[in-house]
Amino acid sequence: MNGVEILKKEELAPQIKRFTVSAPLIAQKANVGQFIILRVDEKGERFPLTLIDWNPDKGTITLVFQEVGVSTKKLGKLEVGDRILDIVGPLGNPAEIKKYGEAVVVGGGVGVAPAYPRIKALKKVGNRVISIIGAKTSKLLILEKEIEAISDELYVSTDDGSKGFKGFTSEVLKGLLNQGRKFDFVFTVGPAVMMRTVAEVTRPYGIETVASLNPIMVDGTGMCGTCRITVKGETKFTCVDGPEFDAHSVDFAELIARQQTYLEEELRAVRVHEGKVCSAADA
Amino acid sequence: MKERFVQQPMPKLSVEERIRSFREVALGYGREQAIAEAKRCLQCKEPKCVKGCPVEIDIPCFIRLIGEGKFDEAILKIKEKNSLPAICGRVCPQEDQCMGQCVLGKKGDQINIGALERFAADYELEKGVKNPKFAAPTGKRVAVVGSGPAGLTAAAELAKLGHEVTLFEALHLPGGVLIYGIPEFRLPKEIVRAEVDYVMRLGVKIKTNVIVGKMVTLDEVLHGEGFDAVFVGTGAGLPGFLGVSGENLCGIYSANEFLIRANLMKAYEFPEHDTPIKVKGRAAVIGGGNVAMDAARSALRLGAKEVLVIYRRTEKEMPARLEEVKNAKEEEIKFLFLATPVRFLGDNRGWVNKVECLRMRLGKPDASGRRSAIPIKGSEFMVDAETVIVAIGQKPNPLAVRATDAVNVTKWGTIVVNPETQGTSMRGVYAGGDITTGDATVISAMGAGKRAARAMHGHLMSTHR
Repeated sequence: MNGVEILKKEELAPQIKRFTVSAPLIAQKANVGQFIILRVDEKGERFPLTLIDWNPDKGTITLVFQEVGVSTKKLGKLEVGDRILDIVGPLGNPAEIKKYGEAVVVGGGVGVAPAYPRIKALKKVGNRVISIIGAKTSKLLILEKEIEAISDELYVSTDDGSKGFKGFTSEVLKGLLNQGRKFDFVFTVGPAVMMRTVAEVTRPYGIETVASLNPIMVDGTGMCGTCRITVKGETKFTCVDGPEFDAHSVDFAELIARQQTYLEEELRAVRVHEGKVCSAADA
Repeated sequence: MKERFVQQPMPKLSVEERIRSFREVALGYGREQAIAEAKRCLQCKEPKCVKGCPVEIDIPCFIRLIGEGKFDEAILKIKEKNSLPAICGRVCPQEDQCMGQCVLGKKGDQINIGALERFAADYELEKGVKNPKFAAPTGKRVAVVGSGPAGLTAAAELAKLGHEVTLFEALHLPGGVLIYGIPEFRLPKEIVRAEVDYVMRLGVKIKTNVIVGKMVTLDEVLHGEGFDAVFVGTGAGLPGFLGVSGENLCGIYSANEFLIRANLMKAYEFPEHDTPIKVKGRAAVIGGGNVAMDAARSALRLGAKEVLVIYRRTEKEMPARLEEVKNAKEEEIKFLFLATPVRFLGDNRGWVNKVECLRMRLGKPDASGRRSAIPIKGSEFMVDAETVIVAIGQKPNPLAVRATDAVNVTKWGTIVVNPETQGTSMRGVYAGGDITTGDATVISAMGAGKRAARAMHGHLMSTHR
């Protein structure tokens, strides 16, 4: 039979879902920082999702995604027992996990999910981990309890102030630094704009800062160059050279522009897709 | 006597029909035409055409059979040597190979051997392909990495010899460059599927979505998974870029990305298929090879207002097949010769809108035998383009061998092989196609797959588990 089976489906927040799927080969080889590429059905796009969790004994992997475009919406409609047509991985390089001392993990939006395995890994090698997680509003904040359970300190922010600090995660980080806190390492994952701001916050302090980048990808194996970005003036492919890079060296403006390449097409596709779903429901 | 020297013309879709769709341009010979073309063959006692064929098809014999109307026998004759005839008949550079050697060329037109091969293959596909004969199982297991022309050929040949073959493919569909690279209008995907299906009917198992080097290493394939030998045919998958400023602006594609979106992901059917592609304004294609022609003609079909191919040498040095250049010209693709981009400029949203080029002049022949292109200082000029496709060649894909140091590679990333056996420095591991040569042709990759299969058979039958 084609594809991989969905074993568990949870809604973490409106439009944010967590799937546990059967993928024994990937579960055996997965490392923190790596991702998979999937394709929902015959007409589907290939798109990347970071590996959030994996269990080599059970042969399962966990994925978290937010329904924004046609592909993620289609994925979100699948139920337990359904199959995802294609899944390939683990892709990208494993993260470098070492003991820094005081380590901060900043995750925003659906990027809170990939923050989770990083916190776990950093803890495991003996770091003191300060987690800063944020969302637009409290309803969209995910995995707070899970992250609280494994962090030494947890700070929460929401853009509208409905939970925790009112403002951005980067402002929380800035506040802590202003208080005189000393950090040895910062890892950030989430919207590119947030990662850029986090990098700007830590730059004056010279704190080693790593960002997990999320450009558009197609094959994920170094073939197409869709995910190319400029790091320290040099072109890198996020899929094979990354996905993690020194945040102070990344040209985030370019990443943000390139992420928006197909904005119009994505909106058009969603309209067409939802139109179809409606007419199918009517019939 | 005049007919003997005049080639049957290839029926083609009209230009108006072509540029509106991705339908196949060359329509192929009908029966009458095929027989007439076949009857022109002189049936040389010492055929030069066969020497020009990397997979050594008995060309005069299959042509004679077509001439006699024995189409079933003709295709069987071809398939003795070539498992992918419908593909080869379409995309081989016959003018440099079999057809290029045809002695009729001295007095008139050479025999269109590719069109005849295609005719026989299409005849069989339409009729339904017969199940091939199976050799007695040898009990040996072979892994083939990469399902492009080299891998498919090696797999087919090894299966015919009775080995149990598993083919691993990184993408979600088998076929490699035949599926992701060569456009529908030159090689319909249905044809690729049909010939891949034939290889599977020879007994080859295909596992898609497996990246050797990531999911499983070569060592694990040989020692953990219990394969007796491995063939690596992972191709030239890495796109080359110019390395000039502004190359990461939006609207600039590698030819690989452009063609993968259009072919593999069927972006020309967006939004029916989910993968988008964006072609606006004038499209500039950088490069002069077949991939550049494929990208240019695809861009036109995807709605470019005008397509301009920018090549640093002249038309004479272009590596693209003559036929493809001719097709491109018929479709009113424009060419700018003796120019090379030195910088891309963009708007305030980060989208490309101009290409700054430098004029070139031709110098002495370089290592490739072509005259080198020398930039003329101070000759900068601007070309408007809102879409740019960089098609300046592909490099070998290192993923499969990156995880092992037992396989020697050159500084260009190609795998070092013995040219007679295609054997690598790692025992039991063979390689062929673009991963050993850098980007070349479908048929040269198939030739390598075939040589490797022969040597692997020898290796397998002389070793005991």
